[in-house]
Amino acid sequence: MKTFLFCVLVLLAILIGAYLFRVLQGPTIFDRLLGHNGISTKAIILLIVMGVYFERVDMFIDISIGYALLNLVGALAVAKYLEQKGLP
Amino acid sequence: MDILFIIFIVAGLFFLIVAAIGVVRLPDVFSRSHAISLADSLGAFFLLVGIALHEGLGKNMLKILMVLALLYILNPVIAHATLRAALRSGLKPWQKETP
Repeated sequence: MKTFLFCVLVLLAILIGAYLFRVLQGPTIFDRLLGHNGISTKAIILLIVMGVYFERVDMFIDISIGYALLNLVGALAVAKYLEQKGLP
Repeated sequence: MDILFIIFIVAGLFFLIVAAIGVVRLPDVFSRSHAISLADSLGAFFLLVGIALHEGLGKNMLKILMVLALLYILNPVIAHATLRAALRSGLKPWQKETP
């Protein structure tokens, strides 16, 4: 069971690399914003799986709730700003 | 219970891998947003519900379902706002050019 969860953790970290490619490479700013959204979703899942791996879910869940609020609301603020102003 | 946990985790990882391939391969922002907002949310659903079933009834299950509800409220709103901004700033959706 430990080995399976460790493989899941490594696979999630590799998947973050694909989104990081899009953030660095993306032609427009909207690609970068969507990549940021995907990375924050992956990070939330990564924290919860890490909690199951270390058998301390109650602590890691609180960290992931804070992470979700900070990152997703930040991305939403940038998206609404671009929606009002158009491209700078 | 362990078998159910592993089935949910593997299904979630499948959808996340499909979403990552779509993010790298698809041609423009309008088609990439399908991979990011749709397939990604489905993968997160399978993974988090699998872990919640593994934890059993209690405080931890409630908190995990709260994170899932937060993701499902905020993820579509972000994708919608970003794409409306892209459309208003004059990007044209990608079309396969006809010969």
